[in-house]
Amino acid sequence: MNPDLTVDLCGIRLRNPLVLASGVLGTEPGILHRVGLAGAGAVTSKSCSLLPRKGHPNPTVLDWGPGLINAVGLANPGVEEEVRILREARERLAGEGVAIFASIVAGTVEEFAEVARRVSAAEPDLIEVNISCPNVISEFGELFAHRPESAAAVTRAVKEATDIPVSVKLSPNVADIVSIAQAVAEAGADAITAINTVGPGMVIDVESGRPFLSNREGGLSGPAIRPVAVRCVYRIAQAVDVPVIGTGGVMRGRDVVEMVMAGATAVGVGSAVYWRGPEVFGELLAEVREFLVSHGYGSLAEIRGVAHR
Amino acid sequence: MMRSGDLEGRFPRAFRVALVRQETPRVRTLVLEGRLAAEPGQFVMAWLPGLDEKPFSLVDGDPLTLAVARVGPFTEAVHRLQVGDRLWVRGPQGRGFALPLGRLLVVGGGYGVAPLLFLARRTREAGQEVWAVLGARTATDLLFVDRFRALGCRVEVATEDGSAGRLGLASEVAAALLAEGGVQALAACGPEGLLEAVAALGRRWDVPTEVSREAYMRCGIGVCGSCARDGRLVCKEGPVFRVHPAPAREAEGPVPDLPHLEVVPLAPKG
Repeated sequence: MNPDLTVDLCGIRLRNPLVLASGVLGTEPGILHRVGLAGAGAVTSKSCSLLPRKGHPNPTVLDWGPGLINAVGLANPGVEEEVRILREARERLAGEGVAIFASIVAGTVEEFAEVARRVSAAEPDLIEVNISCPNVISEFGELFAHRPESAAAVTRAVKEATDIPVSVKLSPNVADIVSIAQAVAEAGADAITAINTVGPGMVIDVESGRPFLSNREGGLSGPAIRPVAVRCVYRIAQAVDVPVIGTGGVMRGRDVVEMVMAGATAVGVGSAVYWRGPEVFGELLAEVREFLVSHGYGSLAEIRGVAHR
Repeated sequence: MMRSGDLEGRFPRAFRVALVRQETPRVRTLVLEGRLAAEPGQFVMAWLPGLDEKPFSLVDGDPLTLAVARVGPFTEAVHRLQVGDRLWVRGPQGRGFALPLGRLLVVGGGYGVAPLLFLARRTREAGQEVWAVLGARTATDLLFVDRFRALGCRVEVATEDGSAGRLGLASEVAAALLAEGGVQALAACGPEGLLEAVAALGRRWDVPTEVSREAYMRCGIGVCGSCARDGRLVCKEGPVFRVHPAPAREAEGPVPDLPHLEVVPLAPKG
């Protein structure tokens, strides 16, 4: 028996729920292609902005034990080059059944709309709107993801700028993520990605007395944050009708199962690549299949949201 | 001594500078107090708190030795370090050389020579013959010529302006040495053009060949994708790649075909 892993994510048919999360590996057509061949249902490119960004100096990513801490600072070649990257990734992945998601970032509502308009030229299957990167607070000020009104304003502007389905990526670092999820859903979001990194946090080198990251603080990811992510996904899935891409600390097949049980439609995988390599996607799929078979489930749909019962 | 525990090598660790040597007008060797269990071809991320962190290939693991070319603000600051100052290092990272034992030909261009000295030393310690072709733009940029000779290597020098050794490219001299016969392993590090030429030589003479590639690195641990080249993570699956013989496609896993340089990652090591 081969359980049905296909997913309908706001009208996009995914061959399986696994999505390469934005910010990990998605810099180059070759690596997007490889992750797709490795088994991902969709791959998300690294967030692109209107103009190229250098990002923060090194160190930018550190393994602190139970997880990673990062402040890459949204380094990207700008939307124009991103369109080329996405097109080439699409060409290389043609016929493989892998969806391509483009992630966008901006400093103003108008700029979000402009980047969305321009990235649409690459015809991605979905545009993920990154309003929640914690590593540019000093530059951008308060994040759009911090308030329902600003999150909704970005969502509306992006929806007006493109016909491509839109998922808004939320921050867990707020008092009430549910109200923000409701606001972006009401503003027209087709899906919600939850969550971006947690914190920010800080790790200090006690020899030099200095924070390791050049940005001093950075977002936490990896196994340490999974319970935070699962809880956010659970609460959001309870409160809104749009599908959720559950992201945060997924390392094993049983973590994928947990996210789906919390109500996720698709499941983002990011930091696991550090521990298990780019081929983690195929391994996770095998683990999910094995779980479903050994527990007598015929499809992912049978376990979706069961934790709400 | 290295501290123990799961995070060994993952956090930057402070080492004191034991010795500084000016090798060429641009390159300095830093010998640090301490050691890392490392293979030739592996690299470390070197950090100066508050400034930056960059990758450097190892000249030796015991004592920990780096060759640093002055190319920008960070390497200028590293060049200002004196004996007793501290440099933070995390690693070793990536995969090193894993060539079969036998007569080894190393081909280095510019400061690409640095990891090849480590490889030559290990190979000599294993009782094997080493031939070295060391190339540079001009005589003053030649690196470690005396050091290779001191190891008992046969050394050939090539400069692009003819100011030392043969006039021409290191790859051209390497071609002549391969034609002499008897080379059982081939290693190269340097500019991409040199690597492509050496890869072609390895295929032509059917000699096991590995090259160490350079790439712009950020995280250095296989997450951010900055160093991805043709779908490969140079920081984690390289910097050393086998270019000949290519393993069977089915043994590689789901990896796309690679344009130009036929690079395939080495088998993971324990």
